[in-house]
Amino acid sequence: MANNKKSGSGIFGKLIHSQIIIPLAALLLLIIFNLICDPSFFVITPKTNSAGNPVLSGYLITILDYGSELAILAIGMTLVTAASGGQDISVGATIAICGSALLRVLCGANSRPETIQAPIIVGFLVACVVGMICGAFNGILVAYFKIQPMVATLILFTAGRSIAAWINNNELPIVPDPTFAYFGGYIPGIPVPAPVFIAALCMIVIFLVLKFTTLGLYTQAVGINPSSSRLNGLNPELVKFISFVILGLCVAVAALIKTSRLSTINYSVIAKDIEMDAILAVALGGNPLSGGKFNMWASIIGAYVIQFLTTTLYKMKVSSDALSAYKAIVVIVLVVFSAPTVREWISAQFKKLSAKKEVA
Amino acid sequence: MGKEVLKMRGIDKVFPGVHALQNVDFTLCEGEIHALMGENGAGKSTLIKVLTGVYTKDEGEIILNDNAVSIKSPQDAQNLGISTVYQEITLCPNLSVAENMFIGREHSTIRNWKKMNEDAGKILNELAIPAKPAQQLASCSIAVQQMVAIARAVDMDCKVLILDEPTSSLDEQEVEKLFKLMRDLKAKGVGIIFVTHFLDQVYEVCDKITVLRDGQLVGEYEIKDLPRVQLVSKMLGKELDDMSDIKSENAAYEKKANETPVFTATNLSSTEAVYPFDFHINKGEVNGFTGLLGSGRSECVRAIFGADRNLSGEKTKDGKQVKISKPIDAMKKGIAYLPEDRKVDGIVGDLSVRENIVLAYQVLKGAMHPFSKAEAYKFADEYIKLLDIKTASADTPIKSLSGGNQQKVILARWLLTHPDYLILDEPTRGIDVGTKVDIQKLVLKLASEGMAITFISSETDEMLRTCSRLIVMRDRHVVGELTGDDLNQNKIMSTIAGGESDGK
Repeated sequence: MANNKKSGSGIFGKLIHSQIIIPLAALLLLIIFNLICDPSFFVITPKTNSAGNPVLSGYLITILDYGSELAILAIGMTLVTAASGGQDISVGATIAICGSALLRVLCGANSRPETIQAPIIVGFLVACVVGMICGAFNGILVAYFKIQPMVATLILFTAGRSIAAWINNNELPIVPDPTFAYFGGYIPGIPVPAPVFIAALCMIVIFLVLKFTTLGLYTQAVGINPSSSRLNGLNPELVKFISFVILGLCVAVAALIKTSRLSTINYSVIAKDIEMDAILAVALGGNPLSGGKFNMWASIIGAYVIQFLTTTLYKMKVSSDALSAYKAIVVIVLVVFSAPTVREWISAQFKKLSAKKEVA
Repeated sequence: MGKEVLKMRGIDKVFPGVHALQNVDFTLCEGEIHALMGENGAGKSTLIKVLTGVYTKDEGEIILNDNAVSIKSPQDAQNLGISTVYQEITLCPNLSVAENMFIGREHSTIRNWKKMNEDAGKILNELAIPAKPAQQLASCSIAVQQMVAIARAVDMDCKVLILDEPTSSLDEQEVEKLFKLMRDLKAKGVGIIFVTHFLDQVYEVCDKITVLRDGQLVGEYEIKDLPRVQLVSKMLGKELDDMSDIKSENAAYEKKANETPVFTATNLSSTEAVYPFDFHINKGEVNGFTGLLGSGRSECVRAIFGADRNLSGEKTKDGKQVKISKPIDAMKKGIAYLPEDRKVDGIVGDLSVRENIVLAYQVLKGAMHPFSKAEAYKFADEYIKLLDIKTASADTPIKSLSGGNQQKVILARWLLTHPDYLILDEPTRGIDVGTKVDIQKLVLKLASEGMAITFISSETDEMLRTCSRLIVMRDRHVVGELTGDDLNQNKIMSTIAGGESDGK
């Protein structure tokens, strides 16, 4: 028994010093809160949706579903943060641009076509290219012109939604093909929402990229010490540039899900304020926003924590106007608890406690 | 000698895992310059930081002018008249010189800019520091920044002045100026604690020496009672094998007639304003660039490595013409460069020792072929053992290592790439005597195995021990080349000062 306890505290000790503890603890806190308030939060029931497909329904499914875009964006945002020591605030606007381009390809010049004008895959690839161009634009400003990331991305943040409207002549095209709705909804026969699979796919891809290339090492090295990285043969500008392009790709994937959910687009509302949530996900993951070391999984969990929080608040019948205020309070608490000084203090208290127990 | 101004008795300080100071005594008198000596990790810095309130002591007492004082913060120390100039510049580079000298010292909230600038100008003038009060600090050279830091400390009416390695980035003339300043202050009755790695400087300016080793007091000595060899052996805790003999330990690599040089450069110049120079190095040769600080030593090797953009020149490697315009080109040709400024250009602070060691080799191998964790650990462990790097594990962040060990990690990084030509720019700066000797020995051993090495050091005797050919620089020109019997201190000095090479 005593042995068990010791090894347990060893794992616990390791965990408390690892970065991933921050989002995990936040997640745990939210779970406990919901368990106390209303355990039915965790119930998942099989249902039939309006299209007649059997689907799973419940708050957990909602979180996984609607957290997908944020998780995908968190991947790119983590890399940008690590390499450039700054954040991209244009992701919401570039989602509008990518989504608009996607709809333009699918619907053609006519905003109410009878059939889609191009295969969905073509539309998606165009959206990817557009996303990467937007990323490249930001990347060039940041890496080669040495403009602070927030200022550089402010350009697209401001102009993005207008550009998106301009692409479709300010019309709101509607995609007639029901298969297009699969990406943001359900694939017939599969009871789990499709965005969950898309997010999982993105995670697998980034896992493989981090494992089979040196992207992780290079981004961190460049983020920590660009001058030294250069003398070690790296090209810091190129690494920063690439991180923005990868984020552009993530944006395109998120745009696919976002537009598919509605089969249309609303330029001024789509993915509004999502950039702040994406940055918050990175911060909640315990990654320094000044760049350098990063933990991809912590960021991704951070993204789901934010969605968990949003869903919890909705369930508590918090009106959507007041949502941000409640969210801010919770975020303050989370961020304060994840601050290094507070964590040190907490782990010191734990040590004292366990020392007392041993004496007793 | 004056009365005792500062007494530290039984100072004890424990860090997690390290007993940094054990029952250390230290005494400083009015108007003396007192050297605090010891290897890296001996506890010098900790003692200084206890005295200046950066750390709080666990045990012991500090007596200032017969009053026991408790120093809880650097502000306390300053108010008590204890001023410090640290090894690393601790000023704000984005503020002006005058602001840096007065920041945090005015007691009113309203600042009289004009008066501040005038006062600063007066002090700078008195100390003959070549800086203007309104100039931004970052635009001054490192040496001038260091002197501004001293000016700030001196101006604060101090009784105890602590100089923690102030000379490591100064050239000889600047060091002379600083010494003159120290002697002036001494005459005024200021007690000065002087921490340095340069033995010459200790014997030039100090009155007493206190030696620490492994956090313990070895002893306090009058300078005349402690010859150098004994000082070094007290610092190391063992008899020093005669350092002057290391060169003969390794038989010099025999140069064959008509051998192609490993590397040549002709008419090379870079954006950092080195004037075009020619250079060559043979297999197994150790040569070096010497000259005063700012004479262009580092700029020459940076031009060779492609670290600064080249403006002119041709390079050959093993007889074949090569194009080296950026570091990766040089690395691909088997050239390695250990940069001068370890903090800025060398270490990647937050990354682990392992990642720092494999970084250059990984870049060389390409982004699509990452080393597995097992491979990286193997490399790291091999070099940690080979170079005797003192680190808790291969996963420790490099920034938590001592300077000497950080330098060894950077050295390991480049040795791992198996270069034919290794450039070492100030590899021994700011590290302890033991590691210095290790690195010098390693250089000669590598050369005897056929590696070509360029070695740069501010300490001439170190270069004389290791190099068989010295290229002398002055004002960014190559002004001479010394070999054989010409390799001695006097000849170097006269070449730097410019006797025979005036025609150039």
